[in-house]
Amino acid sequence: MSTTLLEARQLYCERDDRVLFSGLDLSVGSGDIVRIAGPNGSGKTTLLRILAGLNLSFEGDLNWHGYPLHGQRDWYQANMLFLGHRAGITASLTPLENLRCWVDMRRPQREASLWEALADAGLEGYEDIPSAHLSAGQQRRVALARLYLSTEPVWLLDEAFTAIDQGAVKVLESLISSRAAQGGAVVLSTHHRLQLGECRVLELGGA
Amino acid sequence: MWQWFHKLGSPKWFFGIAGRLIPWLGFGALMLLGVGIVWGLLFAPADYQQGDSYRIIFIHVPSAYLGQSLYVAMALAGAVGLIWRMKMADTFIAATAPVGAALTFVALFTGAVWGKPTWGTWWIWDARLTSMLLLFFLYLGVMALRRALEDPENRARASAILTLVGVVNIPIIKFSVEWWNTLHQPASIRMTEAPAMPASMWVPLLICAIGFHLLAGWLILMRMRNEILHRERRARWVRNWVLSQ
Amino acid sequence: MQPESRTPVTLTDAGSGLTRAGMTTFHRELLIAFREKQDVINPLVFFLLIVSLFPLGISPETEFLREAGAGIIWVAALLAILLSLNMLFRNDYADGYLEQWVLSPQPLAMMVLVRVSAVWVASVVPLLLLVPLLGLMLHLPADRIGVLALTLLMGSPVLLLIGAIGAALTVSVRNSGMLLALLMTPFYVPVLIFGTGAVTAFGEGASITGHLAILGAMLVLTIVLAPFAIAAGLRMSVANG
Repeated sequence: MSTTLLEARQLYCERDDRVLFSGLDLSVGSGDIVRIAGPNGSGKTTLLRILAGLNLSFEGDLNWHGYPLHGQRDWYQANMLFLGHRAGITASLTPLENLRCWVDMRRPQREASLWEALADAGLEGYEDIPSAHLSAGQQRRVALARLYLSTEPVWLLDEAFTAIDQGAVKVLESLISSRAAQGGAVVLSTHHRLQLGECRVLELGGA
Repeated sequence: MWQWFHKLGSPKWFFGIAGRLIPWLGFGALMLLGVGIVWGLLFAPADYQQGDSYRIIFIHVPSAYLGQSLYVAMALAGAVGLIWRMKMADTFIAATAPVGAALTFVALFTGAVWGKPTWGTWWIWDARLTSMLLLFFLYLGVMALRRALEDPENRARASAILTLVGVVNIPIIKFSVEWWNTLHQPASIRMTEAPAMPASMWVPLLICAIGFHLLAGWLILMRMRNEILHRERRARWVRNWVLSQ
Repeated sequence: MQPESRTPVTLTDAGSGLTRAGMTTFHRELLIAFREKQDVINPLVFFLLIVSLFPLGISPETEFLREAGAGIIWVAALLAILLSLNMLFRNDYADGYLEQWVLSPQPLAMMVLVRVSAVWVASVVPLLLLVPLLGLMLHLPADRIGVLALTLLMGSPVLLLIGAIGAALTVSVRNSGMLLALLMTPFYVPVLIFGTGAVTAFGEGASITGHLAILGAMLVLTIVLAPFAIAAGLRMSVANG
């Protein structure tokens, strides 16, 4: 019996005079992988940002472990990782420094783990170069490295598969699968055809 | 009481009530301002110190006062909007900001015009005018920020934050400008007379003051109705109302 | 490449690691300021230029400069701080770090205070270090320069914190330079008045404890209240991304 981690009930959201979704229910339990699908502009990013607690212009309920989200924000944020369109990589810092900043804002980890994560993400040898000098694909791998180090059960990934090569796609797919297998949950939006095994699909769009 | 408060948050209800109030406000404003301004500008006795040029206070004082209190009202609306997430609060801010700015500008203009016969210059850096000028900037700031932000939620929240921070600043501005002014102009001339104003002076002033309030109310309610029509344009009651016009 | 994460999934309680997070935030700002020196140098140069223009534009006479000097330096510092507001949140907003920062499980108001303090150290302290030199250029007597520096020391955090509120509200707006200046001016004026007022009073031999007390009160009030407004503004700005 998996625990319900994140729950959305009767979500309603409108934007630019269009109703993006209405009466939307979503229950994410441990072990779940949910793919949010739909054409461009159907509200995938908006929904993910609502789930992450960034976007507050919606109606409906959000619950974390059964408690209303807005009252548990700190607890939720300690256990949730959100990756948006822009991965949050600071150009003037090296991948190592970027990782260190992210990690130290939450739970410190051994320096060796950071190096391992960068190597795992395929950035061996690039750890000490200012991120501005990396290619777009390499920069996104820094975000992948962060996923390696993540202890957060819930991942919300918005278009995480964009701008990365085949090898990195495979890596990401397996990271997602293992997160779910370890009892976490992943909600993601992507245009890519994924090989993720058991994956629920939530269709948006059509309003 | 709470029921009334929550009703206030309903655009449709507000639209109806405002619609009924507007003609009364407009008529009342017209009458009172008509009487008050004519009385003040033409019939009230001349001031023994400043002659006829003081008469501008009948316009300057009410508009200055309203300029300030409308900003405070916007801040209150902002607080209501943030705490109770009432969309009508932002409608109020949207409607009021230009009205408040215009009234503040009228206050500035009349203040300057008053200055010409009194001090010989079209502008003077006295405490009141300078405070009014800064208040005018505060209004312009709110309006400029609203224009710059496209998302309605962001616009509402930003306006609320800005007006709240601004309202805290208004007494600070007044205090500091007041103090700054005494440094540089020890003999600053007061624009309003002391409370010992004869009835023939403060009665028209009061009439003008009330008239200006009604005018502001009239303008704001009209603007709010427009704003409501725009925001709720997809609602059925709006469609029906437009068709019935 | 390693397919599986080595890190176990754990459910964390909120409220841990505040000190470390604060230190990280502080250190990161300093590191970035050091790497992107242009962002620090620009306001400095601006400061210098403005002060230099006044003698050229009005009068280089000692009489005039001595009387107007404190005001000139104060206004120039104010404008330079206004300029440095741009680097406060803009880059992080553009690359997505800001929303990550907002989503970190730490009290945002506190993190904001730490960040603004770091920017103060990195960007404003260099301005303050230039004040003696500029004071000399404007023929200000040494003791008056001291008072000037003190008022700027107390007033510049206020300017930066209040400016950060404006910066947070406008971070998603393109070309917000003039908007920010318009927004900030009414708030900056009282600080300017008391900052320069203190120096003027000192020059006339009057006591400045009153002015300093008021500046101090502004400083305390701003430190306590501004971070919440800044945090609210940031949350609002990253909502849509």
